[in-house]
Amino acid sequence: MKLTFIIQRYNPEVDRQPHHERYEIEAEPNERVLEVLLRIKDTLDRSLSIRRSCGHGVCGSDAMLINGVERLACKTLIKNVVEIEGAVVLITPLRSMPIQRDLYVDQERFFKKYRAVKPFFIAAGLAPEKEFVQSPDSRSAFDDPTKCILCAACYSACPVVAGKRPDFAGPAAIINAARFILDSRDQGPEQRMEALDNNDGVWGCENHFDCTRVCPRGIKVTKAINQTKRSITLYKSGKGRDEIV
Amino acid sequence: MIREFDTVIVGAGGAGLYAALEVATAPNTPRTAVVSKLFPMRSHTGAAQGGIGAALGNVEEDKPEWHAFDTVKGGDYLVDQRAAILLAEDAVRAVYDLEHRGLPFNRTAQGRIDQRRFGGHTRNFGEAPAFRSCYSADRTGHMILQTLYQQCIRSNVAFFNEFYLVDILLDSRRCSGIVAYEMATGELHVFHASAVLIATGGFGRMFRTTSNAHSNTGDGPAVLARRGVPLQDMEFFQFHPTGIRGMGILISEAVRGEGGILRNRGNERFMERYAPGLLDLAPRDMIARAIVEEIRAGRGITGTGDGADYVHLDATGLGRETVEKKLPDIADFCKTYQGIDPVQSPIPVQPTAHYAMGGIPTDLDCRVLADGEGNVYEGLYAAGEAACVSVHGANRLGTNSLVDLVVFGRRAGQHMAEFCSGADRAGLAPHSDRRSHEDICRLMKPGRKTSVRSIRDKVQAVMMESVGIFRTASGIRKAIADLRVLESEWQSVRVNDRNRMFNTELMEALEQKNLLDIARITAECALRREESRGAHAREDFPLRNDERFLHHSLAWFDEGGIRTATRPVDLSRWQPMPRKY
Repeated sequence: MKLTFIIQRYNPEVDRQPHHERYEIEAEPNERVLEVLLRIKDTLDRSLSIRRSCGHGVCGSDAMLINGVERLACKTLIKNVVEIEGAVVLITPLRSMPIQRDLYVDQERFFKKYRAVKPFFIAAGLAPEKEFVQSPDSRSAFDDPTKCILCAACYSACPVVAGKRPDFAGPAAIINAARFILDSRDQGPEQRMEALDNNDGVWGCENHFDCTRVCPRGIKVTKAINQTKRSITLYKSGKGRDEIV
Repeated sequence: MIREFDTVIVGAGGAGLYAALEVATAPNTPRTAVVSKLFPMRSHTGAAQGGIGAALGNVEEDKPEWHAFDTVKGGDYLVDQRAAILLAEDAVRAVYDLEHRGLPFNRTAQGRIDQRRFGGHTRNFGEAPAFRSCYSADRTGHMILQTLYQQCIRSNVAFFNEFYLVDILLDSRRCSGIVAYEMATGELHVFHASAVLIATGGFGRMFRTTSNAHSNTGDGPAVLARRGVPLQDMEFFQFHPTGIRGMGILISEAVRGEGGILRNRGNERFMERYAPGLLDLAPRDMIARAIVEEIRAGRGITGTGDGADYVHLDATGLGRETVEKKLPDIADFCKTYQGIDPVQSPIPVQPTAHYAMGGIPTDLDCRVLADGEGNVYEGLYAAGEAACVSVHGANRLGTNSLVDLVVFGRRAGQHMAEFCSGADRAGLAPHSDRRSHEDICRLMKPGRKTSVRSIRDKVQAVMMESVGIFRTASGIRKAIADLRVLESEWQSVRVNDRNRMFNTELMEALEQKNLLDIARITAECALRREESRGAHAREDFPLRNDERFLHHSLAWFDEGGIRTATRPVDLSRWQPMPRKY
């Protein structure tokens, strides 16, 4: 089917500001949007700059706005976004991150907020000779946040980051901390408090649910953020490590 | 710009990151840079699904010796046997180490790391399938990559993200660093170092249908080959039997490990005819060939016998709970890309180019070999898929790649750190970035004649057609001739995009040159090996020939052509036997 792609372009060496360009292209309903974008790049405009790698939704490189919604271009099929011949697909970069070139956005601040929550396993004392024992139920308790691929779709969709609180840690940082707080083996809730227990940490979340709505991995992001709020409250009221999960 | 480091690691996948952690915690605290053309969490390690093999014995008794033997036999006896023993023994420590760093393995009812069956892994030297694959849902690679990256954050590892390897600095077998192109600025940087680790991954993108990321373009092996470093066993490229029809996206062997069955047009479990012992858990190369043979015989699902034909992977017997708990990502792929629920419908699958057994030859300490006599380069290391130890021989068993990354990534890190404490950096030649600069300038000169895309499409078609699952001398010779033409066409390739900042067209051109160079070496080695072994299947030489070909092959670029040689295989523990399952 013939489609029109309107893609936001920006060349820092030439443009004063971003602008939109139209591309007429053939596409099959079952093709990934990424494939069509790469075909536009191959056949119509080789300067089009898009981050991409795995092509099947596991690396997180190609998050962008497709018809105004944050999605992974390689996990979105043409038939997911258009229905009829001649339809228009709008492609724009993620929000709340400065544009580097075309769909390339500067994720430095996103990753800085991620690093600030100490998103790594913190054990207490010596490791056992074999594995830490963990029941299947305990393993399930933190399964959801382990799916995060740091694609930044949630961060882009978050109205708090975009609006009133640009220093808000953002959903991805918080759930990557939650992944450890909810992990019965981790002993580091204390170390994460500083980054989380403030108005730019968990308490900045206003339950808009935009993160949950756009997460390409289907993570219940808001739920995990609220679990983190509960854990922090329990922790501050003097509950032990095992009781805050 | 020249930057000074003790160690430089190129590639931020499992092998590179584990090496970085090892170097970061070494007593002499070498200054390290990890250089990657991606952001680390985008590396292809994250796409690995099925598991990491280690003889923990959490479900049933298991021994590293059995794992090592399975690896040797799985590799059709081209595996260096001490390397396999080292892999299997260190795998146990490595898995516990990953778990101690937080890796969220799935658990048995007793709370231990759960293990599942996987192709080619047996107990007691082939008696029955072994429960050896330690897994985390069906995204074990993602979990390993995340965990290692998290630990690198903890250890304050310095990353240079979106820096692209364009040259290696070698002088009289001494490495003094690399040249990298910075995507954000278009600048060339010289990283001057005592020790360099190449961990740039595989090169599946030289085939049309592949499970590999767009980024898997063999940059490390190609850059080194152009500077006279030999590559080893390049004729051995694994086609994974089960990629999503038409797309190449991987459907893990874990589906078969959990009980999935391959079926043809007549709903027959056809592996009964090809591998009556291990059936659908036979080694991947055997299954890939079986699928092609079924399709050629008219027993594919469409019955047309052409490239669009396929077979079914039937997981309907597994039950919803198993699929949700153990194969959730695969169910998601099936739903997203084919609109099917694997619990209700069989999955349409075709073989897909998946893994490079060959690569940069190294010794057991990950030092790069300069020839077939055991001479090494000083200060140059390789690990992971880009390297060839050889631990996978002619065919890799599933779950052994993730083990390879962590075992040899760690060894590389340890040896690099030790090397640095004893060695000064070799001097840098003046203008060490000159060749890189010239290559880039030539590509940016005005006047486009040949597009990168036309070369890319032709390489992928030629390789898929003639240097894929089944090969013949005439087919390979035609491929070599076609690739030679493309090599000469390369001189007239130009890049339109004039930008210095984020010039993806330029980077893709450089990547395509790497794939072209690797394709040429692969085809040449495939022609020379006149036998069938592991993943290399010659229809004109259908049998394995230990008398003439029980050796590793080496290949060099030499005066515009390709020179080859051989190297002995370490057979110190087990005598080669017929590979039957």
